Amino acid sequence: MTVSEITLPKFKVDSARPGASAEEHSSRAPLIDLKNLSFYYGRSQALKDISFFIREKVVTAFIGPSGCGKSTLLRCLNRMNDLIDGVRVEGEMRIHGHDINSPEVDVIELRKRVGMVFQRSNPFPKSIHENIAYALRLQGVKDRSEIDGIVENSLRGAALWDEVKDRLHTSALGLSGGQQQRLCIARAIAIKPEIILMDEPASALDPLATAKIEELVLDLKRDYTIVIVTHNMQQAARISDYTAFFYLGELIEYDTTTKIFTNPAKKQTEDYVTGRFG
Amino acid sequence: MNMHRHFETELDSLKEKLLTMASLAEAAVNRSIRALVERNDELARTVKADDSQLDTLEMEIDELAISLLSKAPLAIDLRLITVAMKISHDLERVGDEATTISRRALELGQEPQLKPYVDIPRMASMGLDMFKEALDAFVNRDPAKARAIIPRDKEVDALNKQLHRELASYMIERPTTITRCLNLMVISKSLERIADHATNVAEEVVYLYEGRDIRHSGKAAAPVTV
Repeated sequence: MTVSEITLPKFKVDSARPGASAEEHSSRAPLIDLKNLSFYYGRSQALKDISFFIREKVVTAFIGPSGCGKSTLLRCLNRMNDLIDGVRVEGEMRIHGHDINSPEVDVIELRKRVGMVFQRSNPFPKSIHENIAYALRLQGVKDRSEIDGIVENSLRGAALWDEVKDRLHTSALGLSGGQQQRLCIARAIAIKPEIILMDEPASALDPLATAKIEELVLDLKRDYTIVIVTHNMQQAARISDYTAFFYLGELIEYDTTTKIFTNPAKKQTEDYVTGRFG
Repeated sequence: MNMHRHFETELDSLKEKLLTMASLAEAAVNRSIRALVERNDELARTVKADDSQLDTLEMEIDELAISLLSKAPLAIDLRLITVAMKISHDLERVGDEATTISRRALELGQEPQLKPYVDIPRMASMGLDMFKEALDAFVNRDPAKARAIIPRDKEVDALNKQLHRELASYMIERPTTITRCLNLMVISKSLERIADHATNVAEEVVYLYEGRDIRHSGKAAAPVTV
């Protein structure tokens, strides 16, 4: 079974669990369902009994001090942590109701459905065009005009087309940091994922490039479910619909972003977002 | 080390300015009522002269609040700054009402006193008590106390209406009293407005500490469930 085959539209919400009661976007179906998720690096427990829903086609931000587990959780969502020796996962992580840690899941297919953009842009040392076309060819797309069409659409989708359309065959490494990051987003959306994970995608960028990435995220949520890790509280406030606050591997609070940043329920959240600890 | 020392200092300064404004506004209302009751024109004139201090402080609070907002505060800090801007506006308006009362007191001083003033000092005292308690709730982080203030606005409204009816009958019976009655009606309305501003402050205090907007919702007496 592959994740792309998974369809389970009728997904029952347990109203007693975090995220189930949020008013905004409550019509959005839960897409990712985490239940009692714990994660270990060897004997060290990085995530402790995490349970909540992530809704589809909204932006969900993970915030918390360094080492709180937010990036670990993000990487769990497309099983990137499988690449590290000695890790162990307990609990359930379901996308469309299917456990992605199940042995039957094809991890390569999972990662096609759940794309990722990293903190540092990591374009291949190839042309701009080839950065996107490469993954398409790996997927078996051979028709050149079809590839060109997807390259253009992806670059347009990542708000980069107008800036690079006249130099598609020059090296991607010649682009600015912000352009490289948008190229990585274009590369991620070229293979039509359902979910895009972003690990501090703008932390190495100047304010203008950051603003472009943020605008892009807001545009992309029309078609994709986005989960973003950020240390920038104002960025989370600007672009996310829901925010989850983690501390020492625990999910402390999860609610609409407006609630988290104007009137959080937990004192730990209040102290963190007002900069009084963390 | 507290990484937000400078920010906290500025927040403290914002709170201090608000309390200074509250103290000035309260003194202005007290003086305006004393000027009316004691028929003291000199005292009435000082109220108008001192009103500019409240205007200046309101602008200083706005300037400080804008500067603090530019630092992108969140949660309780964000609520405090937005609430401070609203409360300072209410306090400035209380100062304006005190000025109106003292101006009318000066006009009333030109003619013999129409009647003994009983309800007007009572309304002033009720409104000022509401104000003081709202500010106590602000200082002591006590939203329950702030909620308890809100229903009392109706008592002041009722006194205002009662006084208007009484003054209307005076005017019908003795048209020579019309000017004095109108002046007293304006004063009564100003006192009723002061209680409204106290109610606004109480609602802002609830928002500050509970994060709930209870304006226009009839939730003043709702139990606190944070």
